[in-house]
Amino acid sequence: MFKNHKWLVTTTSIALVLGVVLTGCGSTAPTAGTTPSKEMKMSYAPGSEPKTLDPQMSNGIPEMIMEMNMFEGLMRLDKDSNPQNAIADSITVSPDGLIYTIKLKDTKWNNGNPVTADDFKFAWMHALNPEAAAEYAYQLFYIKNGEAYNSKKANAEDVGIKVVDPKTMEITLESPTPYFKSLLAFPTYYPVNKNNVEANPKWNLQPETFVSNGPFKMQSWSHNDKLVLVKNSNYWDANSVKLTELTFNLVSDGKAALTAYEAGQLDGIDQTAVPISDLDRLRKAGSLKTSPYLGTYFYRFNVTKKPLDNTKVRQALALAINRQALIDNVFKAGQTPALGYVPGGVPDAETGKTFREVGGELFKEDLTKAKQLLAEAGYPDGKNFPELSILYNTNGSHQLPAQAIQDMWAKNLGINVKLVGQEWKVYQRSQQDLQYDISRAGWIGDYIDPMTFMDMFVTQGGNNQTGWSNADFDKDIETAKKSGDQKVRMQAMHDAEKVLVNDMPIMPIYYYVNYYVLKDNIKGLIQLPLGFTDFKNVTVEK
Amino acid sequence: MARYLFGRIVSALLVVWLVVTLTFFLMHAIPGGPFSSEKILPPAIMENINQRYHLNDPLANQYLDYLKNIAHFNFGPTFRYEGRTVNDLFREGLPKTIALGLVATVLALVGGTMMGIIAALKQNKAPDYIATFLATIGVSVPSFVLATFLQYFVGFKTHWFPPIGWGEAKNLVLPALALSAYPIAQITRLTRSSMLDVLNQDYIRTAKSKGLPGYIIVLRHALRNALIPVVTFMGPFFAYILTGNFVVEYVFNIPGIGQFFVTSIGNRDYPVIMGTTILFATLLVTFNLLVDIAYTVVDPRIKLTGRKGA
Amino acid sequence: MSISVESFSPLQQGLKAEGINRPSTTLWQDAWRRFRKNPLAMGGLTVLALIILFALFGPFFSQFDYKTNNLMATNQYPNWIHPFGTDELGRDILTRSMFGARISLLIGFGSVAINLTIGIFYGGISGYKGSWLDNFMQRIVDIIFSIPDLLYVILLMVTFGPGLRNIFIVLGLVNWVPMARIVRGQILTLREQEFVLAARTLGADTKRILIKHLLPNSIGQIIIVAALQIPAAIFMEAFLSFIGLGVQAPMVSLGSMASDGRMNIPSYPYSLIFPAAMIALLMLAFNFVGDGLRDAFDPKMRK
Repeated sequence: MFKNHKWLVTTTSIALVLGVVLTGCGSTAPTAGTTPSKEMKMSYAPGSEPKTLDPQMSNGIPEMIMEMNMFEGLMRLDKDSNPQNAIADSITVSPDGLIYTIKLKDTKWNNGNPVTADDFKFAWMHALNPEAAAEYAYQLFYIKNGEAYNSKKANAEDVGIKVVDPKTMEITLESPTPYFKSLLAFPTYYPVNKNNVEANPKWNLQPETFVSNGPFKMQSWSHNDKLVLVKNSNYWDANSVKLTELTFNLVSDGKAALTAYEAGQLDGIDQTAVPISDLDRLRKAGSLKTSPYLGTYFYRFNVTKKPLDNTKVRQALALAINRQALIDNVFKAGQTPALGYVPGGVPDAETGKTFREVGGELFKEDLTKAKQLLAEAGYPDGKNFPELSILYNTNGSHQLPAQAIQDMWAKNLGINVKLVGQEWKVYQRSQQDLQYDISRAGWIGDYIDPMTFMDMFVTQGGNNQTGWSNADFDKDIETAKKSGDQKVRMQAMHDAEKVLVNDMPIMPIYYYVNYYVLKDNIKGLIQLPLGFTDFKNVTVEK
Repeated sequence: MARYLFGRIVSALLVVWLVVTLTFFLMHAIPGGPFSSEKILPPAIMENINQRYHLNDPLANQYLDYLKNIAHFNFGPTFRYEGRTVNDLFREGLPKTIALGLVATVLALVGGTMMGIIAALKQNKAPDYIATFLATIGVSVPSFVLATFLQYFVGFKTHWFPPIGWGEAKNLVLPALALSAYPIAQITRLTRSSMLDVLNQDYIRTAKSKGLPGYIIVLRHALRNALIPVVTFMGPFFAYILTGNFVVEYVFNIPGIGQFFVTSIGNRDYPVIMGTTILFATLLVTFNLLVDIAYTVVDPRIKLTGRKGA
Repeated sequence: MSISVESFSPLQQGLKAEGINRPSTTLWQDAWRRFRKNPLAMGGLTVLALIILFALFGPFFSQFDYKTNNLMATNQYPNWIHPFGTDELGRDILTRSMFGARISLLIGFGSVAINLTIGIFYGGISGYKGSWLDNFMQRIVDIIFSIPDLLYVILLMVTFGPGLRNIFIVLGLVNWVPMARIVRGQILTLREQEFVLAARTLGADTKRILIKHLLPNSIGQIIIVAALQIPAAIFMEAFLSFIGLGVQAPMVSLGSMASDGRMNIPSYPYSLIFPAAMIALLMLAFNFVGDGLRDAFDPKMRK
């Protein structure tokens, strides 16, 4: 056999050869800043490897950022989140708000096929198909019999999607949905190329078979490394697209992404990936950008547990923290203290005003009142108050705020709480099973309407997770859901929010802000409040 | 020898099967499932998902189905990456992990033995202290700290090497350094102490008195025996290269399979958890066997027999 | 002349089974004498002692504690009041390092105490009883040895939840195997040696042989392994903190401080550098002490 030093030499040379061979493949890393004049390239880190790039099968922000730059739905959101006709040429809504008749523009897929009404129906039916088991199928439950078909209570033919001719479709809804047009801009509502999908069931895994109709098309996808998109010349609005190449670097570690950004390897990082500890420094350097975001950070109270079943105790806890101090020291992105539940950026019935502006602040931080409430509940100066615990998930930055709130309650109310960190899915489970006292939570809207925040707290709602139940609240939500009149809906939801915030099964902490880093020479990037990033109009200046 | 090998292979298969069984049931015991999320899905959708992935079947059935599949080397679909299979993930990631691992192995073996030899030959002199000090860094700083330091101070501050990425030779330098720091330390220490042992042996004195040049004595006579403990270390070493590399792959964003050791558990991606376990257990058992065989090659005093523990 | 069986009679009962009439240098005295002559090992021991003192008594001399926030003094660079600076919540990093070292040391010693107990018990029985029992017990050890321990540590930590107690349990459960192997190996070699035979001839029973002869003679090897497992446990906890499964905040360990500090290097480098330096010192000390112990206990190294 072999002698030891020969063995060493053999291993060494094999290793070297293999190393060179394996790393030699695909060494076409684009380097930022060295772009020739005609080309306009940029790189961006939206988060980690997408679960899938099939628009109907995805439900996460990074996936949807990638999809919204490769696909185009009937509508596309402009920079103020207003839906604008995209593939749709015109939309007419029946007076009862239930039937949408949509005419399509003459547009093409990047393989040259025309985009037809059939492509839309095919895609949507795929999302609703119970066999496909799409997680985000419920985004299509607004369509008549969509939910029934998905839960096998109706047939595919009963679903309210009708192809009138290749360029016309008619959609029937379950109930009037004033925000349906903005839903049509959502990735679950994107079309897919029917012919292509039927020919290649695994179409969305390789660039060769990935057919899309948006501003960009897929050039290459190296898993867990990068996804490279190039301009799609078949896009109907290709003239507005200036960027020729867009690289999404799939980076899981925010720290690594930021180091790469500062070393010039990346041109921007999405908010999910920017480390909080660097926000102060980035703000001073001027590279931190912010934009509105549709989300609220709050703590849940388990109202089935003593002493949290007492409204006064919950109110006392909520009034006794200093939200601005938390934002300045712990959250750091310039968020807004939440003294209500629905965040800003959601329009109200009255044009030009947001739901939050109409609703105003629903409570005030007040230490004296908090102490008084706590005394009324039978715990003067926190005496005899049982030791509660704050549950949080250990991935992400929830431990520091929990420690700060723990400290505020100890100092302000004389109450001791302990912290319980759990792994992400264990934490979700504990929360769902009401195995907690106080639990950190956050909610990001699925669409731009207060309802995406409100209906979760109905009695026995799957996302309620506090054990809280209130008949008035339920009734208001019911009213809002049935009505197609924006005035009636908004009023009902304002009433409901007051009930919720007064009863405090939750302690609102802050309204999210979207923060990201981006080089100054990149213009025209649109950050939407639902967390999507649109590169369609981006230009890179020298 | 043949009988010994046969026995070892049978017991290795048995061990892998037990590991599979244990992992399978332990993994299903942790709270949360592959499709549980922060936003609760409507029950009907959850039901569709459970049917599609057979998550409603009795656990015993799922287990038997799984055994049937792996007998055909089919490790199933991943639950996280729609439309892809565990085999796909490994096919894409494994070559990258191996490439990085091999470079780190070479660095560790060459660097470690060289430093060990130098330290032993210059015992208690400056080179000895320098080598010992360098070697100790590898065992005294947690790998995530070392990787972060390398990335920030060498990758970012000096701009010598890119902080993240994959595809070019220069991308490999920092991760390979971070990955090999720990084995370099171990190998240096092992080589040094066994080299010192060997250098005092009679046959080395004989070789010296025959007038052989120093480097020949070291290479021909001393090194061969001094490497025996290093060979012993290779089994756990390869295991380390695979698992230890989670941190390195994470920090330097390398698209290998090291990440799956941690992320698959976080995602409750059952088939990937099982796949990585089987891969790891098989490699460990194989390397241990190879190490035992390599033993007989470097140390003729050891003979493999049918009896274990000989 | 023939020797009849009657010439031999059993020793009087109650007599010391095997008395030694001369004072002897014990194993400990012997080892200590050698250990003391090793400068690196003595240096390591000194540093270790200093860190233990720092961790145990340091907090009494500090005006700060490890968990009370001071939002007026967040992220301060090292200065006279806070020699190591302050963290995001205005807590003194020096004080937190002391508590962190305390917890890290506790994890090191505690988890090793657990796997020592299991390992000695298991390895002792397996090695001394031999035959089928040994075979059976060794198969179990082989299986556990082939389990990817990282995977199991994570699986178990996810199941049990983070926190000090669970770290003890999980590290103890996973790490006893090498200890059991060492103990068994020692006992296997030792039990064939003449002094065991002599003891047995002199009438000592199994329990006595195991406790009085075999264990004391393997103690050197056991201590060497333990001395290397302590830093390994501290490292493992640091890794667990890195993936979010470490000790429960506001409790700190050096590992959790380093993993939090990792996020801060560009902005507040001191919050990583000080805890990382503490870990490095601790590791160096343990490694030098471990090496010194090996030299001191290993009879082959006797000059």
